[in-house]
Amino acid sequence: MGDSNEAFTGTDAHAVNGKLPGADAHYDLVVVGAGPAGLAAALEGAAQGASVLLVDEHPVSSAQMGNDVPFWFGGRMTGAVQAKARMIEQVFMAQPLFEQAFDAGIDVQLGVYAWGLWRNRANLGALPEPMLGLADEERSWTVGFKAIVLATGARDLALAFDGWAQPGVMGAQGLHALLTRYDAFAGRRVVVLGSGDLALDTAQLALDKGLEVAALIEVLPAPQGDPAKVAALQAIGVPIHCNTVIRGAPSGIDGVRAAVIGPVGGDGPGQTLDCDTICMAVDVVPAIELLDVAGGRIVTDSARGGHVPQALAGQAVPGVFIAGDCAGLGQSEQAAAAQGRAVARQALGMEQAPAESAPEAFDRLAYRQAWLRALVAATPETVHVCQCEEVSRADLLGVQPPNYLPRPEKLGCRSLETLLADGPPDQEQIKRLTRACMGACQARRCREQVGMLLAMGSNLPVEQAPRAGWRAPVRPLALKVLADWNEADAMREGWDVWFGIPTQWTPYRDIGTEREAMHREALGGNMHL
Amino acid sequence: MTKSANGASVIVIGAGVTGLSAAWWLARSGVDVMVLDKGVVGWEASSRNGGGASHYQSPLFDEEQRMWPLMDELLGYPTEYQRERVIIAVSERQLHHYHYIAGMCGDMGYRVDKIDAQQAREMVPLAGDNCLGGIHLRFGGHANPQRTVQAYAWATQDLGGRIFQHCPALSIEVAGGRATGVVTPQGTFACDALVVAAGPQIAGLMAPLGVDVPLAAARAEMIVTEPAPLMRWGGVDGNGLYGRQTLRGNLAYGGGPHEWIDTDPAGPAARPATPLARNLARRVAELLPGAAHLNVIRSWSGIIENTPDGRPIIDRLRHPDNVTIATMSGVGFGLSPASGHAIRDLVIDGQVSFAEIDKLALSRFADLPVDWRSQRGWDPFAQAA
Repeated sequence: MGDSNEAFTGTDAHAVNGKLPGADAHYDLVVVGAGPAGLAAALEGAAQGASVLLVDEHPVSSAQMGNDVPFWFGGRMTGAVQAKARMIEQVFMAQPLFEQAFDAGIDVQLGVYAWGLWRNRANLGALPEPMLGLADEERSWTVGFKAIVLATGARDLALAFDGWAQPGVMGAQGLHALLTRYDAFAGRRVVVLGSGDLALDTAQLALDKGLEVAALIEVLPAPQGDPAKVAALQAIGVPIHCNTVIRGAPSGIDGVRAAVIGPVGGDGPGQTLDCDTICMAVDVVPAIELLDVAGGRIVTDSARGGHVPQALAGQAVPGVFIAGDCAGLGQSEQAAAAQGRAVARQALGMEQAPAESAPEAFDRLAYRQAWLRALVAATPETVHVCQCEEVSRADLLGVQPPNYLPRPEKLGCRSLETLLADGPPDQEQIKRLTRACMGACQARRCREQVGMLLAMGSNLPVEQAPRAGWRAPVRPLALKVLADWNEADAMREGWDVWFGIPTQWTPYRDIGTEREAMHREALGGNMHL
Repeated sequence: MTKSANGASVIVIGAGVTGLSAAWWLARSGVDVMVLDKGVVGWEASSRNGGGASHYQSPLFDEEQRMWPLMDELLGYPTEYQRERVIIAVSERQLHHYHYIAGMCGDMGYRVDKIDAQQAREMVPLAGDNCLGGIHLRFGGHANPQRTVQAYAWATQDLGGRIFQHCPALSIEVAGGRATGVVTPQGTFACDALVVAAGPQIAGLMAPLGVDVPLAAARAEMIVTEPAPLMRWGGVDGNGLYGRQTLRGNLAYGGGPHEWIDTDPAGPAARPATPLARNLARRVAELLPGAAHLNVIRSWSGIIENTPDGRPIIDRLRHPDNVTIATMSGVGFGLSPASGHAIRDLVIDGQVSFAEIDKLALSRFADLPVDWRSQRGWDPFAQAA
């Protein structure tokens, strides 16, 4: 091998070194999420004299809503959401603190998606600085910071039942956003699934907004939430059907037209409740996407909301702080705001970690599992658990490929059970084989239930349900939006299809011949395959 | 050796695509084979790649081309293999480059058709007005790496082979000049012969045996979009990208700069992606303007090992003479049906029956200077700064 003939320069023109640019803009403090914790964090940062950027993705585009990003909107938004400029005004006016934030000099950017968060860590040293990736409907860009506070809140927990993949089936976060921030909810009569505080509050909000609440449905024998809230609903005649599960949602021309309910585990006659919306309010899930892609450690903690940051409110990884629901569910808005303020001070180096608020003593995973078990018993195994990729529960647990592939005989002998002989269930492996969780909603509608189903199918406790990781962009973004159209020269000049090693692609018969030199001169290392 | 829970006739370290194919080929020959892996089958670069299967530069090319159309049937599980590739240019420089490759392949007897801009747009409906033409490889193709690695694993099991996941090889036991076993946290597994196909971890496993395998690991990235309407030829790339449209319709593409990293004996501690996704997105949007409105829904990175010349090492060693090592230097997926065959031949027969691969021997690096990584600028980023 002609190694001695090579003239090496000591540099690799095709390595990433020096090619990733710094951020497009810089702030002392960046806050992602303008809920109670994020707003308080941003205001505190400004009060301390820091330059602050506060970004919130709401109002999201109607296209994102159509993909159920970031919430499970269930297609129940009005046409008003298509006018984004009008919606920005609407969202701004719905939150009085935004005006205060403007007055405080905070750079408030609404309708802006935070889709990536990067910092140098194991196997990544090439970033010139930590960066957050942002985008609107037109373009993407990056911002740098001395510290960042993730106050990304929570997203919906979705569980499948017959008819769940149609307009009118949605999550509590989606309904709450459409009612309060967007003023753009298209339904009239709602059935609420669940009876914890989330469900009770959702029903009360719907009533306050002039909607009808047909009923609340609870699979457990008794309502799960605050007795006072239960009593308030019952006092005005809203029924709470316990020991009851939803069996299906008959379709009308605009999606859901009714909910069919029946006793848990029973196959007796059901009851049909007329409604145009079924709102799943069993639970919400901490929105950990950005921390996950930044390498923050994620653990399972039932009381805090399932898969949650290992870190509590405060610094999760160097320079990255978390506050509010994304750090753990179960605190009031006032407590979240206080936490946001404390975390902002910590992020600015002013004080140590904020005092912990003890999460409510509620076993969220057990509750979710009770719902899952009841729904599995009431739902045909042919119902899709992954809407995007149309993966049924049977195919998920059978580890069968999607419908566009053949299913030869040998595949029929494979299942979750045979995979378990090789090791514990792995959601990433199941994703690859079944395509569950691989779709355009980025598994927002299926990742929790797929994990729980895999645990159930593996006879593992729900706490050991496998988790599918998040990948940037953590919001679906069009190629032309994500694209860097102002690329640095260094990136363009050093770009190669693969490693740019010229000897790698020399045809075998030409190695060491004149032809090898000719190929290298013509093509360099960029031998496209 | 009779089949035993504590060992196998042949142990393969590494359930990547190369090790799995080797195990499958060995099992097809009736060999009692056991595969050990630190994690899940095909977890690293074997399932995080472009899925291409058109490696005209390789001595294994003919076998690669012969095998792929047979793989679904032979494995018994679908690989999503699709024939042929189309490479399209959006700059004159690229077009010239692709035409040179067409000529180079033609000289070797592999048919490549030049296509003009209109033909390219007809063959690739997502191409745009910026397309200047390209080449149509009438050989090769692409497959689904994730599905294929699992197919190898299952097919090996169907033939009686054993696969131990979450069972990292900690060291190799040697006695009497031969490898006699592999030490793992689950105990030591005895073997008559050993295949070391552990990717970047090969070097660390072989060093204690006095065998220096020069490898450098790096991180590379890809992106994938939501599904686009299916094109007749899914194996479309160009514009500095490798990749394909999957049978589901997703566009999966990679390319661009890599980051050299240190090798962790336990495997990569993390596989972080970077804002490079933006540069990839730009190139995909330029390559396929008809898809520019499609959402990117994931990006990911993988860890790849390279040899100093970027060519594979497939070699049965002299000392210990029952050890075969295999690294494909970052170009392993498509060639796997052939590399496994070559490894099978080396393990059983001592030589490859279907190709001459002498230039892939480890001995070519015997005189490599110790600072070969620094010479090439391949030091891990932190040290290079």
